[in-house]
Amino acid sequence: MENNKQQNNKTICHTNPDWSWFARVKAAFGINDIMPDFIFKKIVLICGLFILVMTVMILISLIANSIPSFKTFGIKFFIGKVWDPVFEQYGTLPFIVGTLLTSFLALTITIPFSLAISLYLGGEFIKEKSFFAGFLKNSIDLLSGIPSVVYGFFGLFLIVPIVRYIQIKTGIEPYGVGIFTASIVLSIMIIPFSASLGREVIEMVPAEIKEAGYSLGATRFEVIRHIILPYCKSGITAGILLALGRAIGETMAVTMVIGNSNMMPKNIFSPANTMASIIANEFAEAIKDLHFSSLIGIGVVLFIVTTVISIAGKIIIRKFAIHS
Amino acid sequence: MESEILKIDKFSAGFGQCLVLKDICFSVQQNKITAIMGPSGCGKTTLIRCINRMHEFSPGAVYSGKILLHGQDIYSMNPIIVRRKIGMVFQRPNPFPTMSIYDNVLSGFILNGIKLKKEEKDQIVFNSLQKAGLWEEVKDNLHRKGTFLSGGQQQRLCIARALAMNPDIILLDEPTSSLDPKSTLLIEQLMEELKQSVTILIVTHNIAQAARVSDYVAFIYLGELVEFGPSKKIFTAPENKKTEEYLTGKFG
Amino acid sequence: MDNLRIRILKDKIFSFLVVILAFLACLPLFLILGFIIRNGALSINLDFFIHLPKPVGVEGGGISNAIVGTFIIVFIAFIIATPFAIFAGIYLSENRKNLLAEIMRVSVDILASIPSIVIGIIAYLWIVKPMKSFSALSAGVALAIIMLPVVIKSTEETLAMIPYSLKEASFALGVPYYRTILKVIFPAGLSGVITGILIAISRIAGETAPLLFTAFGNPFMNLNITKPMNTITLVVFNYSTSPYEQWHKIAWAASLVLLIIVLGFNLLSRIISRKWKVKF
Ligand SMILES: Nc1ncnc2c1ncn2[C@@H]1O[C@H](COP(=O)(O)OP(=O)(O)OP(=O)(O)O)[C@@H](O)[C@H]1O
Ligand SMILES: [Mg+2]
Repeated sequence: MENNKQQNNKTICHTNPDWSWFARVKAAFGINDIMPDFIFKKIVLICGLFILVMTVMILISLIANSIPSFKTFGIKFFIGKVWDPVFEQYGTLPFIVGTLLTSFLALTITIPFSLAISLYLGGEFIKEKSFFAGFLKNSIDLLSGIPSVVYGFFGLFLIVPIVRYIQIKTGIEPYGVGIFTASIVLSIMIIPFSASLGREVIEMVPAEIKEAGYSLGATRFEVIRHIILPYCKSGITAGILLALGRAIGETMAVTMVIGNSNMMPKNIFSPANTMASIIANEFAEAIKDLHFSSLIGIGVVLFIVTTVISIAGKIIIRKFAIHS
Repeated sequence: MESEILKIDKFSAGFGQCLVLKDICFSVQQNKITAIMGPSGCGKTTLIRCINRMHEFSPGAVYSGKILLHGQDIYSMNPIIVRRKIGMVFQRPNPFPTMSIYDNVLSGFILNGIKLKKEEKDQIVFNSLQKAGLWEEVKDNLHRKGTFLSGGQQQRLCIARALAMNPDIILLDEPTSSLDPKSTLLIEQLMEELKQSVTILIVTHNIAQAARVSDYVAFIYLGELVEFGPSKKIFTAPENKKTEEYLTGKFG
Repeated sequence: MDNLRIRILKDKIFSFLVVILAFLACLPLFLILGFIIRNGALSINLDFFIHLPKPVGVEGGGISNAIVGTFIIVFIAFIIATPFAIFAGIYLSENRKNLLAEIMRVSVDILASIPSIVIGIIAYLWIVKPMKSFSALSAGVALAIIMLPVVIKSTEETLAMIPYSLKEASFALGVPYYRTILKVIFPAGLSGVITGILIAISRIAGETAPLLFTAFGNPFMNLNITKPMNTITLVVFNYSTSPYEQWHKIAWAASLVLLIIVLGFNLLSRIISRKWKVKF
């Protein structure tokens, strides 16, 4: 026993850091760590800082490369209706309009579906472990995992013909592709995202206030309408904002079905381009400096818009979570 | 033959502005059980966390004074060495969930990167589990995860883990407060046996437990050491009125 | 009492609507899966995996180069992103209430919200332009930037969930901080971290937009990461938007392969997070 104890002690001491060395380090940095701890903490900190610096560098790179275009066109960059690489005219209004139309239309289509899914999965309609809830949850998860290029392909071969058919029947120019088609595909893509946000929000409603409603004799519809939805208002707003951010930045699916026209869209069935899709279409071939820098300018706008939207959404959600 | 292993000398500690311990002075005798008692919030946990320098992990921790281990101030030593010499068992059992029972016992070596031979490992695991009174119960399941054990067994596993490092002192912070009476009894018996090889400092709320197991008692009230002395004396004829009131259940 | 009947009727109609809408939203999933599996399965065979694309008009041909390319580029992204992401995640989980960490969290959120096409521009500016060539490397960098926030967040969240008592137990054994983190905290959260990595991989494997002007695409087999490379997503994009019937078939088959890879990683992440959960 005694022997064993000594042996252990020896092993321990053998691997202990040297004392004077430790004291030196401590003196040098005025800290209470041993050297490996100090190094580890610095490595971890540097990796964190690296992310921060990279984010800043991304913004700086984008802005620096877009300056020629902003300088040349000034405010015309945002309100110019003509985008013409041949004559070096770069006004992005058609794309801004295209982006806004597509995303808002998509969002409008999405909202009833997402709300229904959130209510269903949020526990209002069915017990947690039911077969249908599981089925719905897994389907939504799968939908959110499908790559956007596949959505685009699917849109091209199913949604486009359907829209074209409707257009022929109603006497609209039968492009098939266009803002409307893009919105449908986009809405299918963002349903899983907004539904999962909505579900999180609805699950946060305290059971007591729901039960209070039921105990007063309210129907489920009335509880949802007068208690749950008002309670979740800010959370749902945030969810819509975050979904909007997604929709604005989505590229591939939209590029494949929007028709790629640089003209100002006349109506919601017109072929158009969004800010993201114009970059996808022209960036690789942008040889002229001004063209290149204008496309990056659009990237800057995208960056800023999505950042502002997502930060605003996050702040609202956080406030909502604290308040409940 | 008694000898002083740990001496706490005018030690104060606290969190930020709030002073929790004030000028604590007492000595711990080798191979004896010293119990620390006092009402909730009086600073018992803080005190024993100071003894193996765990206190400094708390945000805003401050301290002053000396704690001497074998005459050497632990606050001038490397905290890592202090913690290897002074083991600790927490209120709630906390075995490492990713390790088997076997590895849990050896975790002090594994985590510190100390390489041992297979025979050495087996020896340490056997000795420690034996000392912790757990060997018979787990010897066939050494390679299962430690988290499958019952609460009392987990706590004894944590004791074995502390013993494996061959510490001079082990600190127990209310080790039985989350256990059933049977496991409690087992651990109390265990302490009696462990006394042969290691010095024990135990924080307890249970007066009867302190009376049963301890050789010395320190009674702390509002961060001050009210009374310290051999258990026999404190439990039969306490000098201080506060101690008497506490022991007779007038407060706390 | 008529009032009550109307209220109940309203409730019934509403419930019916919710259920219908919720399940209608799943319809696209089955349409997509149906289309891809039916069309894809028709043109998939062994040749598809081992041959290179054939020119228009020539039957057959495969996408071996794109499959290899996807794996190479995803691997590059994985190698670049994972170490940074894990360490940054550790920093954030270890510094809960520190101003710098709070700023970093915001920057991670921003990074996560940048549209992937803009990340493509960045990789172009940082790698393609200085190297004067489209390349698999630049694509890997783009995907790494997309992967970073996903892995950082999942790492931070899992590590922050680990009870403090575990860390204390380790400190009390005299284990230094760095070893406590690497050998106690990190292993306890490993399944969560791996889940995050797999989810991120499943996401970047399906990315197309940032590859358009980084990997660019390449009809030939290429293993040189400083040269343009093909990926499955680029095949799906280029072939599905082409006017040739025969190429559409290849696009369907490529979609099927892509879906299997992406959903495979996704499924794997679920299995790991469920089966390999550490009990505390
Ligand atoms: N991390 C901390 N930060 C600030 N104050 C603390 C912290 N931990 C403990 N305290 C304060 O220090 C005082 C002593 O706490 P301590 O945990 O040492 O009491 P205790 O005697 O162990 O009580 P109990 O018997 O309930 O375990 C308490 O008043 C408590 O509020
Ligand atoms: Mg305590």
